[in-house]
Amino acid sequence: MSNKLKVSLSPHVHSGDSIRRNMDWVVVALLPAMLWSFYVFGLGAVIVTLTSVASCMLFEWAINKYILKNNKTTLSDGSAIVTGLLLAFNLPSNLPLYIIIMGALFAIGVGKMSFGGLGNNIFNPALLGRVFLLISFPVKMTTWPEPHQQNPFVYADATTGATPLADLQGANLGDLFFGNIGGSLGEVSALLLLVGFVILLIAKVISWHIPVSILCSAFVFGVVFYIIQGKMPFADICLLSLKHLLAGGMMLGAVFMATDYVTSPMTHKGMLIYGACIGFLVVCIRLFGSYPEGMSFAILIMNGFTPLINNACKPKRFAKEVKK
Amino acid sequence: MNVILVAVIALGVLGLVLAAVLFLIAKKFAVEEDPRIAQVAEVLPQANCGGCGFPGCGGFAEACVKAAGEGSLEGKLCPVGGQPVMEKVAEILGMTAEAGEQRVAVVRCNGTCANRPRTVQYDGVHTCRIAHNTAGGETGCFFGCLGCGDCVAACPFDAIHMNPETGLPEVDETKCTACGACTKACPRNIIELRPMGKKGRRMVVRCVNKEKGPVAKKACAAACIGCGKCVKTCEFEAITLENNLAYIDPTKCRLCRKCEEACPQGSIIAMNFPPRKPKAEAPVAPNADAAAPAVEPVQVVIPTVETAPKEASENPSL
Amino acid sequence: MKTFRIGGVHPEENKLSAGKKIEVMDLPKQAIFPLSQHIGAPAVPCVAKGALVKVGTKIADAGGFVSAPIHSSVSGKVAKIDTVIDASGYRKPAIIIDVDGDEWEPSIDRSTNIVHDTPLEPKEIVARIQEAGIVGMGGACFPAHVKLSPRTPVDVVIINAVECEPYLTADHSLMMEKSEEILIGVNLIMKAVGVKKAYIAIENNKPDAIALMQEKAKGFVGIEVCPLRVKYPQGGEKQLIDAVVNRQVPNPPALPADVGAIVQNVGTAFAIYEAVMKNKPLFERVVTVTGKSVAEPKNLLTRMGTPMSMLIEKAGGMPEDTGKVIGGGPMMGKALLNTDVPVCKGSSGILLMTEKESLRGEAQPCIRCSKCVTVCPMGLEPYLLQKLSEHTEWERAEAEQIMTCIECGSCQFTCPAHRPLLDWIRMGKGTVGGIIRARAAKS
Repeated sequence: MSNKLKVSLSPHVHSGDSIRRNMDWVVVALLPAMLWSFYVFGLGAVIVTLTSVASCMLFEWAINKYILKNNKTTLSDGSAIVTGLLLAFNLPSNLPLYIIIMGALFAIGVGKMSFGGLGNNIFNPALLGRVFLLISFPVKMTTWPEPHQQNPFVYADATTGATPLADLQGANLGDLFFGNIGGSLGEVSALLLLVGFVILLIAKVISWHIPVSILCSAFVFGVVFYIIQGKMPFADICLLSLKHLLAGGMMLGAVFMATDYVTSPMTHKGMLIYGACIGFLVVCIRLFGSYPEGMSFAILIMNGFTPLINNACKPKRFAKEVKK
Repeated sequence: MNVILVAVIALGVLGLVLAAVLFLIAKKFAVEEDPRIAQVAEVLPQANCGGCGFPGCGGFAEACVKAAGEGSLEGKLCPVGGQPVMEKVAEILGMTAEAGEQRVAVVRCNGTCANRPRTVQYDGVHTCRIAHNTAGGETGCFFGCLGCGDCVAACPFDAIHMNPETGLPEVDETKCTACGACTKACPRNIIELRPMGKKGRRMVVRCVNKEKGPVAKKACAAACIGCGKCVKTCEFEAITLENNLAYIDPTKCRLCRKCEEACPQGSIIAMNFPPRKPKAEAPVAPNADAAAPAVEPVQVVIPTVETAPKEASENPSL
Repeated sequence: MKTFRIGGVHPEENKLSAGKKIEVMDLPKQAIFPLSQHIGAPAVPCVAKGALVKVGTKIADAGGFVSAPIHSSVSGKVAKIDTVIDASGYRKPAIIIDVDGDEWEPSIDRSTNIVHDTPLEPKEIVARIQEAGIVGMGGACFPAHVKLSPRTPVDVVIINAVECEPYLTADHSLMMEKSEEILIGVNLIMKAVGVKKAYIAIENNKPDAIALMQEKAKGFVGIEVCPLRVKYPQGGEKQLIDAVVNRQVPNPPALPADVGAIVQNVGTAFAIYEAVMKNKPLFERVVTVTGKSVAEPKNLLTRMGTPMSMLIEKAGGMPEDTGKVIGGGPMMGKALLNTDVPVCKGSSGILLMTEKESLRGEAQPCIRCSKCVTVCPMGLEPYLLQKLSEHTEWERAEAEQIMTCIECGSCQFTCPAHRPLLDWIRMGKGTVGGIIRARAAKS
């Protein structure tokens, strides 16, 4: 025979799944919310998104080539694009470019490559980038352009306002749900983020456990804390807790940030615990902390606990239960 | 003023109390350690390489002291420091260091790409451990080197490297400390620690194939076929034949090189010998030697007599 | 629709040879009989070089209780007893017979009429099965008589007709053509172990087989066809018991019999019928020859010892771009070193893969997507076991239950990073098993 037979151990077939496929689906799931943000914030959103994605890819390539001296590029797995998109989703649409680039450098350089690249990072890189910027440039990071500016092509000098979280009681539930509010790019429309969630579920990229447990626990703890405060009737409390789920980075974090493969637990039980803790922490930070928004901090804190959760929560082994 | 005073007093009292606690704990839980362990550790190279088989130099020092208590330092050797260091250790422990025989790792496979044609292509993880589990390997020989380089990865002294031409590992004898990491890493037990021998000279059967002659020969041109000619030739009963495979006992071998001539397969290799009769017409470059057909190993010589021993030790795969 | 509880994947089925009639394979010129065709001690040759044998003559005795005798599938002369490369990829001792004619042992009933009843007692049935050298024909090759002599009382027999491996159709075609015989075989198994209830488990991608078996099973008391949802690795013994009767077999050393169940392959049931009713030892079986590039995928009734190259020739020859030849299915089969490997008792199929199909994807770093954890039918964490094996942390690997891995390959099949999970886990399992045995031997 001309060509030699190949020999390897079983299995000899593969499902065809790949990291690239998963990343592509995440990008697809992000698209509805991204397009909506372009519509709401105009040119600024486009510039921020492009800058963030391009600089993330550039830094990943450059660090791989010149610092780690890897001959193989890791750009093709698509994870840098996802990090870039998610970072952009966490930024206001009028942020100066140099700040975005610094955020991307921190996200990729410190958040991902310093741990050894994809799969080894402890914390979600995009969130690390955001928190780095939030601490470094608190004012610029917490003033968001108003939606639907007069001139959609303004960039740096758009009229700005505070986050709806600052005055949640006054916000309109419908505006929050459909995305008629100020905020970071990707936080705007809860509806379109949920569409993204459904896309991810259908494509079997993520399981339902983390997002659902985060939203449920945030709602439950919101209700509990407001009841303890005891200043409002119960119906108002429920409405306000619901608004908490729709406002700020809650939806984005629950669907796209907390579900990041690398930094979330491995078992379904672990995922539920992880999600419930994030929900609890978010409500705590939002209600008692000095920051109006706590999603990124909550997720990063729980990222740190993920190895512990992995150690504690083992999957249900075969035949662990009673045999008959 | 008052505040400062309170703070100073509070901290001072706290410090005193904690100091007392630490002192008591240190007294109560003190571990009696043989002072000689620290002394021994001092003369060790402190490379913490683990080449001695113990966890770092501290572990080795402890083991030495323990062994001295039992009466003998036999088998304890710091491969990095060698004999001088062991003499110092023995001195501290009030013993005499036996002149430990210097050993070196020897790759007992000559299944080069030329000798041993590849019959299939292995497409699994590039490590010998798994290749060995998969099937017989890429060639017809199920005993020989798999060529994935687990020994190279295991060597803490950078003393073993794959030769891309032959597909076999080669030991750099100047660097090898006989720590045995490669012998443990090799799933086929091809690498053996053998005595260095006088001037590094030694006779080795470079094959571990236990198949019957025809099968072994079909798989590899340099395989030992178990014909037993070497056994008959040897005057010192140094060669034994078991499972169709010859083995030279290094303690009995007198380096007469007769078996090398007797071997029809060229499986017996004389290492680091000066060339016997330099043939002017066949100057073979040292690098090509290992790849050259091993049928006539006598040709595998280094042309000039003066440089021969030195070069030979640098090219141990001859 | 029933299925097992934990994990599982759904590989592309590719049952190319489904619905093809069983064809009888030609006799080989030389037949090779490896002495270890089963789990347990290798058989011991009882013929010498030059001996004349007939079809059905015993050529090797069982090497112990957990072992099985081997019978010649051809008539001719013993050429030699030598070592050959078998389907495991290693060189093993084997008996090689030069074929001459096709003369059968006179004791074998070669008529086609179906025998329904036997006066034999349970013990005699088991003895006949043992004497006929029958082993589990699904691939594991565990001697059948050992399973039929359970230590604990058993209340149900499960016949494994799941054939969850993609491509393979040997069991399917056997059910379509020998349904009556299979059911009698099942009856014999029930009688041998004294059980009143038997299930024939068939995945519902074989509706014709389900319908046919249901129809025929009406004539038998206590035999029920149990359709199962398609999911790999349903044919695994533990998964099958879980799926059919909802019982989970604990970790080794527990056996299926400890939860009151015995599993036998459908091919084994047919072989038992032939052995008990027709006095015919196990020397031929149905082998699927298949692959996307194969001209005519076929189900071939093949004598043991036939070189696989002959079967490939019969199915239209080896395609030019063949990259891999697999003995068995794509999920658990072994890649063969060459095609001269003989068909053995456990050879359910030969699968040819093209050059392109056979190359593995390049391994990327683990992204901890937890897909391997989700699909593992044993509830293990393959990503973790792989890392522990790679870093030789055997104690931790043992604590993480590496020994319960059934090597089904679901984790590696599903891994988006194309990591060779099972390669490492298998190696780790071997090492940890060795450590455990050494520890047991010491104490």
